[in-house]
Amino acid sequence: MIELQDIHKTFKRKGQTIEALKGVNLRVNKGDIFGVIGYSGAGKSTLIRMVNYLERPTKGRVFVEGEPLDQFSPAQLRKAKKKIGMIFQHFNLLESKTVYDNIAIPLVLLKQDKNRIRERVTELLRFIGLSDKADSYPRELSGGQKQRVGIARALASNPSILLCDEATSALDPQTTKSILDLLKKINEQYHITILIITHEMAVIQQICNKVAVMEKGEIIEQGEVLEVFGNPQHPTTESFVRTVIQTSVPESVLRTLSPEGAGRLFKLKFVGGNASEPIIDSLIRKYNVSVNILFANMSEIQNTTLGTLILQIEGEDKDIFRAVEFLGTRGVEIQELREFQSFSEAGDVEEGVKQRKIKEVKAV
Amino acid sequence: MNTIITADQLFQALRETVVMVGVSLFFGALLGIPIGIVLVITRPGGILQNRFVYGVLGPVINVVRSLPFIILLVAIIPFTRMLVHTSIGTSAAIVPLVVYVAPYIGRLVENSLLEVSPGIMEAAEAMGATTFQVIWHFLLPEAFGSLILTMTTATIGLIGATAMAGTVGGGGIGDLAISYGYQRFDTFVILVTVAILIVFVQGIQSAGNRLARKARRD
Repeated sequence: MIELQDIHKTFKRKGQTIEALKGVNLRVNKGDIFGVIGYSGAGKSTLIRMVNYLERPTKGRVFVEGEPLDQFSPAQLRKAKKKIGMIFQHFNLLESKTVYDNIAIPLVLLKQDKNRIRERVTELLRFIGLSDKADSYPRELSGGQKQRVGIARALASNPSILLCDEATSALDPQTTKSILDLLKKINEQYHITILIITHEMAVIQQICNKVAVMEKGEIIEQGEVLEVFGNPQHPTTESFVRTVIQTSVPESVLRTLSPEGAGRLFKLKFVGGNASEPIIDSLIRKYNVSVNILFANMSEIQNTTLGTLILQIEGEDKDIFRAVEFLGTRGVEIQELREFQSFSEAGDVEEGVKQRKIKEVKAV
Repeated sequence: MNTIITADQLFQALRETVVMVGVSLFFGALLGIPIGIVLVITRPGGILQNRFVYGVLGPVINVVRSLPFIILLVAIIPFTRMLVHTSIGTSAAIVPLVVYVAPYIGRLVENSLLEVSPGIMEAAEAMGATTFQVIWHFLLPEAFGSLILTMTTATIGLIGATAMAGTVGGGGIGDLAISYGYQRFDTFVILVTVAILIVFVQGIQSAGNRLARKARRD
């Protein structure tokens, strides 16, 4: 459990005062995989460094496993840090030591005896799947392998919390996925609470159950990933969500629609179970309307499907009305899109402008 | 070619140089390495940041380093006499050599240790390492290859300084070259000592490079 209460952090650099954190409140429960996402400079790196006191807050309190860090003596703080593992974007492995010795370091610092260290390191090497690399040096490893070693080192002293500082940002998508899978396995097998900071939405999507979005030293939105993704409130959140879930009609489709064209546009949002029902089929069969699918997207978050569908429905107004009503009863969130225009000059139109040209109007 | 020195004199001089370099390198490192470590950990942003220690040690080192060895040598004669009860001879030369090389090693060690990536230091801190553990398990092993090169540079600097040690009767190759080669016009002595010095310096540099490469596992 990690709790940050009204954390402020200011840095003084060359006479300038920089406010990196402006009153952040955050609670990470035991067993959570909590993701903090934000663009660079949002303050996420400073935030994660508060949790193990690599940086001390200017104001506010940090609680780890219920204990306030500001009450600790230096010795107690060092002891507390051994229960908080940390992995880094650039791995920070010792180039002068073998993989084995790198993983052993936290145990050497704890002055454990050689046999116990060998047992633990061997077990960890097996867990990360690098038993054959024990005697290799970090420079002989790939980025993904280095991060695995970093993870093993962080786990060596049996921490209850793992902090991940942009742990996958230096890795390719394939390797990122394997590292994320490993983190998930750690969370499930060892019940280790994980706090991740990242600028990659894919990280949040793949393993987090909770998310906080940061901007300019503040948390602008937080909650269950599904909630935040399904219904982003803040423009920044929305732009992050848009990197993994496409929710607007592609330009090429828009271009083919004439302003006075027949039919009306509706945006449908499915969450979970109703995504698998044959709703569109029923729509066409039961109501006297013709349906054209302009856009469809399905994403999986936390084993739940999140779907977006944009339909062009043609028919008599009353039929369309009944059809929309039917969709409403099926738990589908539905919005009518109006005032769409064709984009002859599209191409270089900015995202924001494009959004404005299609006005969303709540139907039903 | 005719010469006035004997082979025995040459070997004696060689031995003196080796002793002066070896002993002052040992004591210089004994003082200089901790100085370098203290500079790194007490500097602003260091793990044991201390404005006072860093603020005093830095200028003191600069003062000693700004003196040419020949001046330092005579300037500290009272100190030398106090320490070894004589102001002439090989042991009298070793005292100023140590005073000369220790701050030099200190600065070089500082540079080597600063090369260690801040990320490594952050990882060490995140693991809850004590100051001693950070130095012993992270800082020194990571800088080891660079430290070997540092000591190589210091050794070569010392060989140069020992040539001037002849002034206080310290003996050595340099002394031989000055008192026989230069003052008594023995060209052969000059040629031999120059050759010996070149071989010395070359040998030490390539040995240092080889060891450093090994330590860095290139």
